[in-house]
Amino acid sequence: MKTITVRYFAMFREHAGIEEETLSLDAATAADVFEHTRSRHRSSEPAGHCKVAINDEMADWASPVRDGDTVLLFPPVAGG
Amino acid sequence: MLRMTTDAIDPDVLRRELFDPAAGGYCAFEGWVRNENEGHEVLRLEYEGYEPVAVAEGRTILAEAAEKFPYLSAHCVHRTGMLEIGDCAVWVGVASAHRDEAFKACRYIIDELKHRLPIWKKEHYTNGDSGWVSCERCAEHAHG
Repeated sequence: MKTITVRYFAMFREHAGIEEETLSLDAATAADVFEHTRSRHRSSEPAGHCKVAINDEMADWASPVRDGDTVLLFPPVAGG
Repeated sequence: MLRMTTDAIDPDVLRRELFDPAAGGYCAFEGWVRNENEGHEVLRLEYEGYEPVAVAEGRTILAEAAEKFPYLSAHCVHRTGMLEIGDCAVWVGVASAHRDEAFKACRYIIDELKHRLPIWKKEHYTNGDSGWVSCERCAEHAHG
């Protein structure tokens, strides 16, 4: 198990009702974190429609997560 | 460079910052808040962004544009917070020796910003409802 801080943004934050939480997760990749927290962010989207950053750096869903990492879950973006 | 601000964007000030004696032209794009989206009458837009990642990703996009369409200088400013109809939400400006690079780099930067920066907008409608806007291009390009 790894201690992972998960941060939720925009609609994910509204669904979760919190900005962030620290969880003990059996997760190897960012995609695992997304799936483990699906009941929180309640995204019906596949992970591929969303983006992820680890420790403030853009990452891929296949990126490994390490103990102590902060994983930022970004719903589909729409700037401009 | 890219920066985010909660203050009103003043294109005249930003334009002057790009002045360069070697520049033969300048191209800018302003994104404005529109009063309609997909049949819904929009009252205002609320922008949320995550600055640390947006600034880093913005730097990457500007570097990519410089590689593809060598320009002299480029700036981008994205607004966050509650915006009214007609407000400028995003500004991109590029100065270059010749116009072709300025047009192309400006187009590249705004297109990439819209689907890569961690920025979200929530539409507030005249009927009191609100909703987050999804990026169509992200959905088109998505897989899995």
